[in-house]
Amino acid sequence: MFLEQLINGITLGSIYAIVALGYTLVFGVLDIINMAHGEIFMFGAFVSLLIVSKAGAPLPVAFLGAIVVTAAMGLLLERFALRPLRTRPGASHLASLISTIGVSILLENVAHKIFGSGNHLFETPFAEISFTIGPVTVYLVQVVILLISLFLMVGLSLWLSRTRAGKALRATAENLETAGLLGVDTNRMITATVVIASAMGGVAGVLVGMAFNYINNQIGLSMGLKGLAIIIFGGMGSVYGAMAGGLILGLSETFVVAYGSSGYRDAIAFVAIIVILLIRPQGLFGQAPAEARR
Amino acid sequence: MKRTVRLFAVVACALFAFMFMGAEKAKGEPIRAKIGVISIITGQGAAYGEAITNGIKLARDEVNAKGEVFVDLKIEDSSGKQEQALAAVQKLINSEKVVAIIGPTLSNEMMAAGPEANASGVPIMGTSTTAKGITQIGKFVFRNSLPESQAIPAAVGQAVKKYNIKKVALLYGNDDAFTKSGFDTMKEVSEKLKLNIVTIQEFQKGQADYKAQLTKITSLKPDAVFCSALYNEGGVILAQARKMGLKVPFVGGNGFNSPKVIEIAKEAAEGLIVATPWFGEKSDPQVKAFVAKYEKAYGKKPDQFAAQAYDAFYIMTNALKAAGTADRAKLRDSLAATKNFQGVLGKFSFDAERDVVMTPNVLIVKDGKFTIFN
Repeated sequence: MFLEQLINGITLGSIYAIVALGYTLVFGVLDIINMAHGEIFMFGAFVSLLIVSKAGAPLPVAFLGAIVVTAAMGLLLERFALRPLRTRPGASHLASLISTIGVSILLENVAHKIFGSGNHLFETPFAEISFTIGPVTVYLVQVVILLISLFLMVGLSLWLSRTRAGKALRATAENLETAGLLGVDTNRMITATVVIASAMGGVAGVLVGMAFNYINNQIGLSMGLKGLAIIIFGGMGSVYGAMAGGLILGLSETFVVAYGSSGYRDAIAFVAIIVILLIRPQGLFGQAPAEARR
Repeated sequence: MKRTVRLFAVVACALFAFMFMGAEKAKGEPIRAKIGVISIITGQGAAYGEAITNGIKLARDEVNAKGEVFVDLKIEDSSGKQEQALAAVQKLINSEKVVAIIGPTLSNEMMAAGPEANASGVPIMGTSTTAKGITQIGKFVFRNSLPESQAIPAAVGQAVKKYNIKKVALLYGNDDAFTKSGFDTMKEVSEKLKLNIVTIQEFQKGQADYKAQLTKITSLKPDAVFCSALYNEGGVILAQARKMGLKVPFVGGNGFNSPKVIEIAKEAAEGLIVATPWFGEKSDPQVKAFVAKYEKAYGKKPDQFAAQAYDAFYIMTNALKAAGTADRAKLRDSLAATKNFQGVLGKFSFDAERDVVMTPNVLIVKDGKFTIFN
């Protein structure tokens, strides 16, 4: 049972990690938390559901469709909910947080109108492929989920540290005005960030559908809250922190059920987070305190 | 003064007309009775009230046509509110002078209306009130709605007998009062039947991933899983369990008792066992006739609420016949003596506490739909 639960935990943790990566990317650059990220993720799941179950198209098309739709949503989010507030002098830093909350409520209700409130079956032959190692049954989906999350993490950190665009992004994150003066098109950089983060949310949505076979219009909320907890725990803006935090939360939730009491699943996982934050307030991979950064 | 005279004249005319009508019908001499109905006609929950009043009206038309009893219905709206249910019961008893009352719809409405009827000595019968302690209000309070605490033991009992179940795993939603109370009943029954409970697992509403709980249950190899969940979560649980290779029978509470479970879980729903007082697909001719008549009159299939109300009206008028007169106290006594009434819900009796004695239908999902389990 231990190995099976380990696989369950890693699968859940990998999905948490991808959701958290989207949060951490936006936070790292914009210093705001995008509360609509969970709902964009949910839309990614529904778009791929429509493509796979209703249109009968293969899985890669579903990924592509989810990425295109969520990236477009990210673009609209940035254009209409974030940029107008950023350019307005005197707008509070919290204003954009509130506007993303507004977007998330809007998206949840739109999803309710379009898709209804119940659970929808996410059927794909790919999700049925499994193989046995010794006494344990492993689904190919579970391996793919782990690989995709590792790939996204490595790719993202390489992109940020090695490429010109990544450098520009970090410069924008460091100081918006200075970066602008030095010739970085900061609006473009910010748009790119939000779009990429949203597309990653879309990918996570497809993976949830494949892993759990069911989606509903509430998954954005529950997954979104977990993602938020993870970036605080892993270190705000840290790519590795999101990955490690996601895996730790996923594993601890699973093992609380396996060896403890399932009624305390969320409670124990979050108590663990609080304890770690008491010891390391900046989070697992967090950088030095805020005043050194600004 | 003039108005009083006119009013007197109208009343006198009405009285004459009434006497004349009475004389006309004197050959069959039907027992005339005014029965009050309290239901939710407006506001949230009006769908229940609609089904209930439809069921009662259908039964009244049938009974009145037979000519043994002639019932005049007085329907009052409670809007699902306690104070309105209380006002309605007072109006029916004091102004309308009804001989008995059917309703109200909700258990907490009955908690307000029941004591009033009981104190006035008017028999009152709930058709959809399933909470604990309803008929304990007093000796004039009845109900014909089967509480979940009776439905679950029936399903569990039959499943245990058929599959020779010894070890069970319990799984329930711990953040919902309904699924929690269903779980309490399941646990109680398991202990009474001396089943070995290998694990108790909990989950929360809206959860997407039940694999951790299900992996643990699978590893303990139970003979069956008793699962108290609403259909939305229940369907997903079934699907994930079957995919994982957990093929043992699942016994569910009333929350599972919905065609939606099959819609969500598809073939994974096969083997799910539930108990319900009303099963419209029964091959019983009485049930078939009721479903056909109801569908013709209202354009849809009768649900549990309509069926319970329909039977309640028959129980009431049968008791009237037995009493021989529309007298509140005599009606109460003959109601309480109801034994083996054969209605669309099945064979029905009142116990010493005027509560339900009946065998619910135990159903199993087979070939994509609910069928009788045996």
